[in-house]
Amino acid sequence: MATTAPPAAVSQAGPSTPPPEPRRPRRRWPVGQIVLTLLLIGFALLFLYPLVWLVAASLKPSGQVFDNALIPHTWRFDNYVEVWDQLPLLHWIFNSVAIAFLAAALVSVSSSVVAFGFAYFRFPGRSVLFGLVLATMMLPASVTMIPTYLIWKQTGLLGTWVPLFGANLFGSAFYIFLQRQFFLGLPRELFEAARIDGSSYWQMFWRIAMPLSIPSFIIVFLFEFQAAWNNFQGALIYLNAGSVEGFTAPLGVAYAMTKYSPTAGGQADYQYVMVASLLVTLPMLLLFSFGQRYFIEGVATQGRKG
Amino acid sequence: MEALKARKYNRREAIAGYLFISPWIAGFLIFTLGAMIYSLAISFSHFNLATNKMRPGGLDNYRALLDDPRVAGSLKNTLFFAVLAVPLEVMLALFLAILLNRVGRGAGFFRTVYYLPKMTPAVATASVFLLLLNGNTGAINSALRSIGVEGPQWLVDPAWVRPSIVLMALWGVSGTMVIFLAALKNVPRDLYEVASLDGAGPVRQFFTITLPMISGAVFFNVIILTIAAFQVFDQAYLLFWRDQTNVAPESSLFYAVYLFQQAFRQFNFGFAAAMAWLLFVILLILTAIQVRIGNRFVYYEGER
Repeated sequence: MATTAPPAAVSQAGPSTPPPEPRRPRRRWPVGQIVLTLLLIGFALLFLYPLVWLVAASLKPSGQVFDNALIPHTWRFDNYVEVWDQLPLLHWIFNSVAIAFLAAALVSVSSSVVAFGFAYFRFPGRSVLFGLVLATMMLPASVTMIPTYLIWKQTGLLGTWVPLFGANLFGSAFYIFLQRQFFLGLPRELFEAARIDGSSYWQMFWRIAMPLSIPSFIIVFLFEFQAAWNNFQGALIYLNAGSVEGFTAPLGVAYAMTKYSPTAGGQADYQYVMVASLLVTLPMLLLFSFGQRYFIEGVATQGRKG
Repeated sequence: MEALKARKYNRREAIAGYLFISPWIAGFLIFTLGAMIYSLAISFSHFNLATNKMRPGGLDNYRALLDDPRVAGSLKNTLFFAVLAVPLEVMLALFLAILLNRVGRGAGFFRTVYYLPKMTPAVATASVFLLLLNGNTGAINSALRSIGVEGPQWLVDPAWVRPSIVLMALWGVSGTMVIFLAALKNVPRDLYEVASLDGAGPVRQFFTITLPMISGAVFFNVIILTIAAFQVFDQAYLLFWRDQTNVAPESSLFYAVYLFQQAFRQFNFGFAAAMAWLLFVILLILTAIQVRIGNRFVYYEGER
């Protein structure tokens, strides 16, 4: 856009502050760089604001949660102590961790197996079937939501965790695509040598392809972990009828929102909702701090397949 | 050995291939194809949840869809949301991606910050925005007030509840941004150099080089965001329909929310299945139209 003032733009360059030294030989106008950086900082503040607000609110006493101060007038660290008595948070977090881990582990292994099938072997109908895999990516989840519920009902597994990750046993389209791309990049001679040495197909997959695909395996694992951790609608469908201790963290926070809702009785103890919200978010931020490049890489790949 | 008969399939290898993809085939038959046929059958019957029995219902459910003004209403709300959200998301994401692509230094830092909302679970976003959007005490209206604007009652005024969901969607726009950023990085630098030698300004460069070169990513994002917009659930449900004692403005009833209520609150599975199929058909048509329009202007590179 015009405001970012690339090379050919306005030259009212007053040498105000020392410009960041240009890294490329292309000429950059300092004014452009300054405007650009200011814009980026402005957006950074906008994106950060709700999170900072959340941290602040979680440290305020009941009456001040709504005051919008980013630095609490009265610090109340006890919120973080009391919340464990107020809400079965430990149960929720344990449930969420377990479910997200199972979901991620299952889908990353099963998708890898299927992806290797599509990448290495030649068989009739392969490209048609792979086209079908890609097509299922476009299928809106709401279309299969009801029959999926009924399928789990008929297996008698309603009320357990299984409906929340069971389908992951069969691989998932985007992850299959991602792993297949990676396997296709491996030199075929690698596998042919193993064949000559008498490896079985499974050994080729498990001993050669899998260890080499760790980077894209991690992308799949992290993506699914995040998706399963955040899965609110699934938990609402499958766990809401059960005991509160059996909720996942997102379902628990929603429960807390209603329990402490300001409309549910004046100035309720909404600070506990804030603490709980923060505690649901923190594991994801932690995950991101360790695996940032995997997340970015995964999302970028999503766009490239189009 | 494989090289010798490259054109014919090796039987052992083919069988092994089928075995490797068999989990997906099983999943497809049960959870995709099976589920879709099942849901189609349910939509044409009266379904009794207690016995799992279907009684033929003909077009009853579809007729009921037409008779229920809330179906049309929720569809209208959803359409309104999509029409507002998708272009705004695409424009903001593209704008941010262009900024990040230009800045060079510090791009990594800003990208990280921008991505944080995407990592925030929907419930946490909802519980915070519920307060930020409060018409009287919320931070958003306080900020507006400080520049002399009296903000709307975001969560109460029927005209503003949909824009408030759009605002939350925009906060999490960074996924789309990352896809654009990856596309921008693939645009060959020399194209810009040639263009600036020809005297093309930044605006012309954007429309004659950048936009055509990343049209594939624009196309992809529009389709994906549209499909997502038609299924928007979490935020609307959490802000407006979570508390069943609360009276929510009707304009916050999105299609996916009503579908959920019909299925899992009223247990009208036949009606809800018909709703799901209607949504599927609408999305198919919409996507087909988008693909048609897209093919006209999307530039594909020779190699993929």
